[in-house]
Amino acid sequence: MASRAQGSTSRTPDSRRAESPAGSGDDGDWGGVRLHVVTGKGGTGKSTVAAALALALASHGRRVLLCEVEGRQGIARMFDVDPLPYAERRIATGLAGPDGRAGAVHALHIDAESALMDYLAMYYKLGRAGRALDRFGVVEFATTIAPGVRDVLLTGKVYEAVNRNSRNRGAVRYDAVVLDAPPTGRIVQFLDVNAEVAVLARMGPIKHQSDAVMELLRSPQTAVHLVTLLEEMPVQETADAIEELQAADLTVGAVVVNQVRPDELDDESLAAARSGGLDSDRIAADLTAAGLEHGETLVTDLLHEAHDHAERRAVEDEQRLRVAGLGRPTYELPRLATGIDLGGLYELAARLREEGMA
Amino acid sequence: MSPATDRSRHRVGPLASTAREAPMLDVDALLDDPETRIIVCCGSGGVGKTTTSAALALRAAERGRHVVVLTIDPARRLAQSMGIEQLDNTPRPVPDLTWPKGTRKRPTKAPRMDAMMLDMKRTFDEVVESQANPEKAQQILENPFYVALSSSFAGTQEYMAMEKLGQIYRDAERDGTYDLIVVDTPPSRSALDFLDAPERLSSFLDGRFIKLLLAPARGPARMMTMGLQLFTSALTKILGAQVLQDLQTFVAAVDTLFGGFRQRAQQTYQLLQTGGTAFLVIAAPEPDALREAAYFVERLDEDQMPLAGLVVNRATATSPEDLDAEEALAAAARLERKKSRTVTPGLLRLHADRMRLAEREARLRERFTAAHPEVPTVVVAALPTDVHDLDGLRQVGRLLAGS
Repeated sequence: MASRAQGSTSRTPDSRRAESPAGSGDDGDWGGVRLHVVTGKGGTGKSTVAAALALALASHGRRVLLCEVEGRQGIARMFDVDPLPYAERRIATGLAGPDGRAGAVHALHIDAESALMDYLAMYYKLGRAGRALDRFGVVEFATTIAPGVRDVLLTGKVYEAVNRNSRNRGAVRYDAVVLDAPPTGRIVQFLDVNAEVAVLARMGPIKHQSDAVMELLRSPQTAVHLVTLLEEMPVQETADAIEELQAADLTVGAVVVNQVRPDELDDESLAAARSGGLDSDRIAADLTAAGLEHGETLVTDLLHEAHDHAERRAVEDEQRLRVAGLGRPTYELPRLATGIDLGGLYELAARLREEGMA
Repeated sequence: MSPATDRSRHRVGPLASTAREAPMLDVDALLDDPETRIIVCCGSGGVGKTTTSAALALRAAERGRHVVVLTIDPARRLAQSMGIEQLDNTPRPVPDLTWPKGTRKRPTKAPRMDAMMLDMKRTFDEVVESQANPEKAQQILENPFYVALSSSFAGTQEYMAMEKLGQIYRDAERDGTYDLIVVDTPPSRSALDFLDAPERLSSFLDGRFIKLLLAPARGPARMMTMGLQLFTSALTKILGAQVLQDLQTFVAAVDTLFGGFRQRAQQTYQLLQTGGTAFLVIAAPEPDALREAAYFVERLDEDQMPLAGLVVNRATATSPEDLDAEEALAAAARLERKKSRTVTPGLLRLHADRMRLAEREARLRERFTAAHPEVPTVVVAALPTDVHDLDGLRQVGRLLAGS
């Protein structure tokens, strides 16, 4: 399948190849990016891709933070660890680089309530007043009802992890942060916190915070990657999301095509399979030669499956052209028939590395 | 009522069944039952909820029901497949419906189905306009908090979907416009948000915070305790005085509406608990989607909401007497050693891949069934191509009905 993946993955402008904190040469197409935001339509496997990307980026002793903000505990399940608290945990060793050196993936499950208390503690010395807020239900109000505040808090915590400096003693500094973000339908609303909050807060600390977050999100240090399948609706949603992201001045990164079907038949055979032109006698003879005694029904089943497969591949090819037309660097990941386990994540990470995404 | 729907609606005690196979969901019986007035399709994102809703509505219409389908955020393609260029808050008739061949008592009129899409902000505005006098309504509609709440608050879509459903139902009862409403649910962070929306709204409206914000307007001086002063000063520090003032204005303005809001949300919630409602949980044969489905099934049970069954979309189809994956791969390898340049090894490997997928999906479904053995289920094979027209939707409908 590697042959089918688009070979044109090094289209990133050189300006992106700013020096990386680890200072190594082979840091992929997105070397200057500190914050990788991964989104996609529901069901496209964005969390899987985010996890694989984190593993792929974590080589050469680099530390990568993988964040989730949707309260699903998806990271814990994928990496087979206990549910994550609101605290950074080292959860896996990264994929070793060509020199054999790996890095580490840390994970953080961000929930708005903890982020609010964290935020209050960090920026204000509220003391008793802070507890009063909690007592009067403000924490609940701010994190569930108050428009936009939830997203400000979630993105604010990510911002803090990316911009962490030596002043925050004892905290781990990361070479890259990967955010498993909300799905494409909500991504612009989620990232464009400034637009949301500016309506409400025209001045004051929340406004300052959201401005700082927006500056990072709009800088070349951030890239929003979109995960899609080679199906009509996800590709359409990806195209729509790219437009919306660009309209909001957010930096669109790569398109990651996930769950690509196996490539077992050449174009000629695919065409024959679609038109019913495969030689059934020949196939029957082959099956007998291979020692299979399943008779005619097996031949019919195989031809039927081939037809179905060829139809889907035709849809995939059509959609692949549309994805190419989006003009973004594109990477392809195979569909793993046995599902995604930890081993599968490393396999996908290796693919991303091969294709130059990390 | 069919046995399948019967069982789901009047379940008594755990079923002592050891069968791995879930009972079959009889979709046609559900659609044909005149007692079924509302079908709610719920599940996580990307499992084909909207397409399933549209296909169910179409099938019901072409079996003689007067149907409206309320979609939340349909892909343009789906609207077009129903012959409608742009869906909005107004129900529009789906053209070119026909009675299927072999309909027993074919009526003289053509079948009828309307489709619409939830316009969250419009729906919210209408609620405000219907509850307040014009002057007050205007004041609310212009408040920045209201604007943000009605257009972008994460729970508003769920709440407005409930509100719209309640409206359509009341209108349909009054005017006899529809006898079946099929509802798609918002692509929530969690499938449960839909059910929680009214409760969240109520708890917001009853919350101490709101009462506090209202306190200065109502003004008993003894409310100004030490705690409140601390509270207000902390809020001002964080939000800024202007935000706090906007918020107070907003809360004071909508205060009088709250009773109406809460009452309607509660009514719709109760409507969902009646026997006329059937919940269908939609999933894909993926761990996350089935986990969400399981949560939903449990939650519906807790809330005494009538669950009709589970739809597993996007399944891998296999034929009954299949060659297993290992055997197929071994045969492919044998053929390749002979260096014969034919398509057969490729076909065998494709078959192996398909069998592995199917085995994995079957295992996932078995796990679901082991935990929820009583939930009637239908498995819908993935279509090779996307749905483009009514015929595509009809095909999905046939698959849903297991025919």
